Amino acid sequence: MDRLLNQRQRALLLSAFAALALLAVTVAGFLLSDAAMVTDFSRKNLAPCLAYPFGTDWMGRDMLARTLTGLSLSIRIGVLTAAVSAVVALAVGTAAATLGRRVDAVLSWCIDLVMGIPHILLVILISLAFGKGFVGVVAGVALSHWTSLARLLRGEVLQLRSAPYVLTAEKLGRTRLQVARDHLLPHLLPQFLTGLILLFPHAILHEASVTFLGFGLSSEQPAIGVILSESMSYLTTGKWWLAFFPGLMLVATVALFALLGDRLRRILDPATIHQ
Amino acid sequence: MAHRLGFAGKKLLRMVLLLLGVSLAAFLLMSASPLDPLQTNVGQAALGTMSQEQIAQLEDYWGVNDPPLERYLGWLTDVLHGDLGTSLLYRVPVTQVLAERLKNSLWLMAAAWVLSGALGLLLGTVAAACRGRWPDRLIRGWCLLISSTPAFWLAILLLMVFSVWLGWLPIGLSAPIGAQASAVTLADRLRHAILPALTLSVTGLANMTLHTREKLCDVLESDYVLFARARGESTRSILWHHGLRNMALPAITLQFGSISEIFGGSVLVEQVFSYQGLGQCAVTAGLGSDLPLLLGVTVVSAALVFGGNLIADLLYGVVDPKIRARVRAYGRKGGA
Repeated sequence: MDRLLNQRQRALLLSAFAALALLAVTVAGFLLSDAAMVTDFSRKNLAPCLAYPFGTDWMGRDMLARTLTGLSLSIRIGVLTAAVSAVVALAVGTAAATLGRRVDAVLSWCIDLVMGIPHILLVILISLAFGKGFVGVVAGVALSHWTSLARLLRGEVLQLRSAPYVLTAEKLGRTRLQVARDHLLPHLLPQFLTGLILLFPHAILHEASVTFLGFGLSSEQPAIGVILSESMSYLTTGKWWLAFFPGLMLVATVALFALLGDRLRRILDPATIHQ
Repeated sequence: MAHRLGFAGKKLLRMVLLLLGVSLAAFLLMSASPLDPLQTNVGQAALGTMSQEQIAQLEDYWGVNDPPLERYLGWLTDVLHGDLGTSLLYRVPVTQVLAERLKNSLWLMAAAWVLSGALGLLLGTVAAACRGRWPDRLIRGWCLLISSTPAFWLAILLLMVFSVWLGWLPIGLSAPIGAQASAVTLADRLRHAILPALTLSVTGLANMTLHTREKLCDVLESDYVLFARARGESTRSILWHHGLRNMALPAITLQFGSISEIFGGSVLVEQVFSYQGLGQCAVTAGLGSDLPLLLGVTVVSAALVFGGNLIADLLYGVVDPKIRARVRAYGRKGGA
């Protein structure tokens, strides 16, 4: 097939587009956060129309502004929690792989323990321990998502440490720090980065879910979870737009993040460099 | 055989230790909570009108003043005697609440587990067999879409379409509203479980499908499949004889490992459908600071997850000929 761009270029283009779209939503939500709070009872319960593409709710708030503000909040929380999770995963993973068998056994047991409690339940428990609210949900999501990435990085480091070129470097008298910097890091970095980006979708989904259940952000904030749980009381009266559009935008955001992570993995993965 | 039993015993011991760890972690997290159970359950206004003795009595009931370690040890001793404590919200033994909720949830989760596993296997096989062509693209796109969809939003959508617009299915609960427990028929229960089970299966599908596809693609690109093709075997025969066998092991791990995800999904789905199950129980207990009940739910769900992992480990020995051969060799050596 005669293509204009090769797969790598297309992947780059697509990830740039996804990143731009997410940035646009974040900024737009930030700017619209005041508009999202405005109540106007002269325009309440409007179905989607040209002036209000997402309709308005029972207090006459513009659902488009609320949705964008909520998404912006979700993305910012997602970035924060995913970053914390990834750093924890890196620390635990490398510690388990390098600090000897006993540390490895303890840390692996901890990973098994955290993985044994269903995710949502763990986020709920941690959120309760921190008194719910913003701090609760951030702590809950950040402290529960590191396990699988930590396990992945541990395996990777273990494998690398016994790789011939690392053993050779050690025999040649390079210090551990030099080996770590010159040989381990370049290998781990792509794994770490894609792991980090693939954590975003999970983080955002879990934040929305926990907020939806009532353990997360407080109901005054226009978070997606709050919007959707409020919409539940208006379902039977046929106000479908209260749940439909905010949820759809959430799905789009999460899908964009997942796509971004997937394409970046392809770009960073040395095995697919010539495609 | 002795080897197999020893292996199972070791795994079982590890599982018990992990369960202990889970209960301790959950307990510590809950007792670290700054939320006052009196405030959440009695309310500020009611507390203001109460006398000091009444408040002290309530604090005693919710166990606010006892030191956490003492409470945990007390709880643990009771558990060893088969008593999980009394639910503070429902005022009945936790075991009773859990048994009732588990009965409702288990059907839901089992149906979703089987359905998502079987469908995932099927879709993944189809995608791998047509890799690169439109069915593959369609299935992969669909997987990306549903893995990005929050379970509760999907539940809301299905509720809107099937219950509000079309009116085919009931809008919630696990039995008709107002009916007595004895009057609820199996058909009623099934009708109430259709939508929650459907939502759960759909959300659990993506992982299995993508994984199956990935593994099968690897198998189909291998030398032995090339050889099989050269021998003139049909695609169906190759998939059946070489594909499924080689991907059975990771599929087993994945499928038994998905119990945690399914339980997590059931928390959300049951909340949306007001389905009286274990997940909804966890939310109620969490919002109402009902420590014994939430602890019970956590331990039961963790036991389900660990039990799934244990079964997967044991099935490995049954399915994988390499492990079987190793066990036999070990038995001969041990017997000689």
